[in-house]
Amino acid sequence: MSMSEFFNMGGYAVFVWSSYGLALVVLVLNWFIPYQQHQQNIKKLKRQYRQETKQNDSSS
Amino acid sequence: MFKWFVKWFHRMGSPPHFYRFAGSWLPWLTVVFTVLTVAGLYGGLVLAPPDYQQGESYRIIFIHVPAAWMSMFIYMVMASCGIIVLVWRMKLAEVVLICSAPIGASFTFLALVTGSLWGKPMWGTYWVWDARLTSELILLFLYLGVIGLYGAIDEKRVAGRAVAILAIVGMINIPIIHYSVEWWNSLHQGATVTKMDKPSIHWTMLVPLLLMALSFKVYFIISLFQRVRAELLHRERNSRWVEELFRS
Amino acid sequence: MKRLSLSQAFWFLLRRDLLLAFRNRSEMANPLLFFVLVITLFPLAIGAEPNLLARIAPGIIWVAALLASMLSLDGIFRSDFDDGTLEQMLLSAHPVPVLVLAKVTAHWLVTGLPLLLVAPLLAMMLGLDEDAYGILLLTILLGTPVLSLIGSIGVALTVGLRKGGIILSLLVLPLYVPVLIFSSSAIDVAASGLPATAQISMMLAFLFLALSLSPVATAAALKMSMS
Repeated sequence: MSMSEFFNMGGYAVFVWSSYGLALVVLVLNWFIPYQQHQQNIKKLKRQYRQETKQNDSSS
Repeated sequence: MFKWFVKWFHRMGSPPHFYRFAGSWLPWLTVVFTVLTVAGLYGGLVLAPPDYQQGESYRIIFIHVPAAWMSMFIYMVMASCGIIVLVWRMKLAEVVLICSAPIGASFTFLALVTGSLWGKPMWGTYWVWDARLTSELILLFLYLGVIGLYGAIDEKRVAGRAVAILAIVGMINIPIIHYSVEWWNSLHQGATVTKMDKPSIHWTMLVPLLLMALSFKVYFIISLFQRVRAELLHRERNSRWVEELFRS
Repeated sequence: MKRLSLSQAFWFLLRRDLLLAFRNRSEMANPLLFFVLVITLFPLAIGAEPNLLARIAPGIIWVAALLASMLSLDGIFRSDFDDGTLEQMLLSAHPVPVLVLAKVTAHWLVTGLPLLLVAPLLAMMLGLDEDAYGILLLTILLGTPVLSLIGSIGVALTVGLRKGGIILSLLVLPLYVPVLIFSSSAIDVAASGLPATAQISMMLAFLFLALSLSPVATAAALKMSMS
């Protein structure tokens, strides 16, 4: 089986590959969105703690 | 044994423990997911022979069927969490419930779209009111209802319990809806639906199908852990364990 | 003060809700008017060809009934929630599901039952086969209480929200699907001269299932909403 034959999928290329492409998009997004959210949460918390310690230092 | 289980259950229920546990498992789960997916895709796209009736187009099932299975499985996970929430008031179960909903909705969406992409070459149209497609569509609405209700209630502890009740009500209704739709479909079978006889599936197709189903299950756990970790951190942002983790 | 027995409490609550409903009659007529209006729109939209109308009449009538019932759902608990009666109800010594059942029954008597009166008229205007009138009435009699019962769960979940209306339809409409399927199919079958026993017994089963389960879920949801 040649490469072009494989990608042609017996004439059904549009349907098969768009299905697989969509699956890829859905899976990646479902991984990426919570990942990004988590990283942002961590960043926000760290910034908050840093500010708190700064305030404590200046007040004491 | 039972004692051990109860202890394990309680430990799992504590947010800091689960946060650390999920974090340490994520890399391993990703490895397992990658192996399963590569094997499943290779088996499904390369090794499995074309179907004698549907040619190459049937290869969509390696996405479609696992996604459809997941759509039902995740709702069951949600309803089980709902019971735990209502009986034991467990915070973690609330978080798992609500974090499962968007994943379940996206698998349902995936199953619907791949189903219609498969339907186009087989039935000649993208959408037929086939029993499975129709009940899958209603399942999508149920997921969106859960997500919408959670978003609408500001007090998140209350929202968690509301969603738990809704998930259980939905779980009782899913079989009723499913059989109603199936029965309705047998009455109104459209002319466009060409009957696809189902020969017993050959093992060269079955093995990649099961591999993909497993890989989707592992993927669900990965995505769920990610979401639960983010949500836990957000909910518990004022608690001591979070402070200990990130104050440097 | 004398303590009410459970059945007394049930009847008392039912009577009170009916009385309140009769005090503002105009509000009572709204779902009915809505039902009639929606059905009037269909011939205007798709043309007045008698065969076509007669064929889709069962479906139209039931979709309109579904929408009308949904529109009126919010009234089950809204006013009691606003004036604090609901909180008193939850604190009372009686089991909440029974009280919920009384309120839902009152709501159904006021909004569901009147559909029985206009449904034959609308069926006639749509040219539905005369053999199906009996079944049409029977499906309304069996189906609308199920709609009220399922709907009460959705209302109880959203009663505390300011913008509960749109989310309520998202929660409730998917759960209405089985009632819609079986009721319109029963009328369809009856119109073509066949017995609709299977559909009617399914609807009876739905009714009993909803009667036994949904007050419990509604009570749980109300407790959640009030906390």
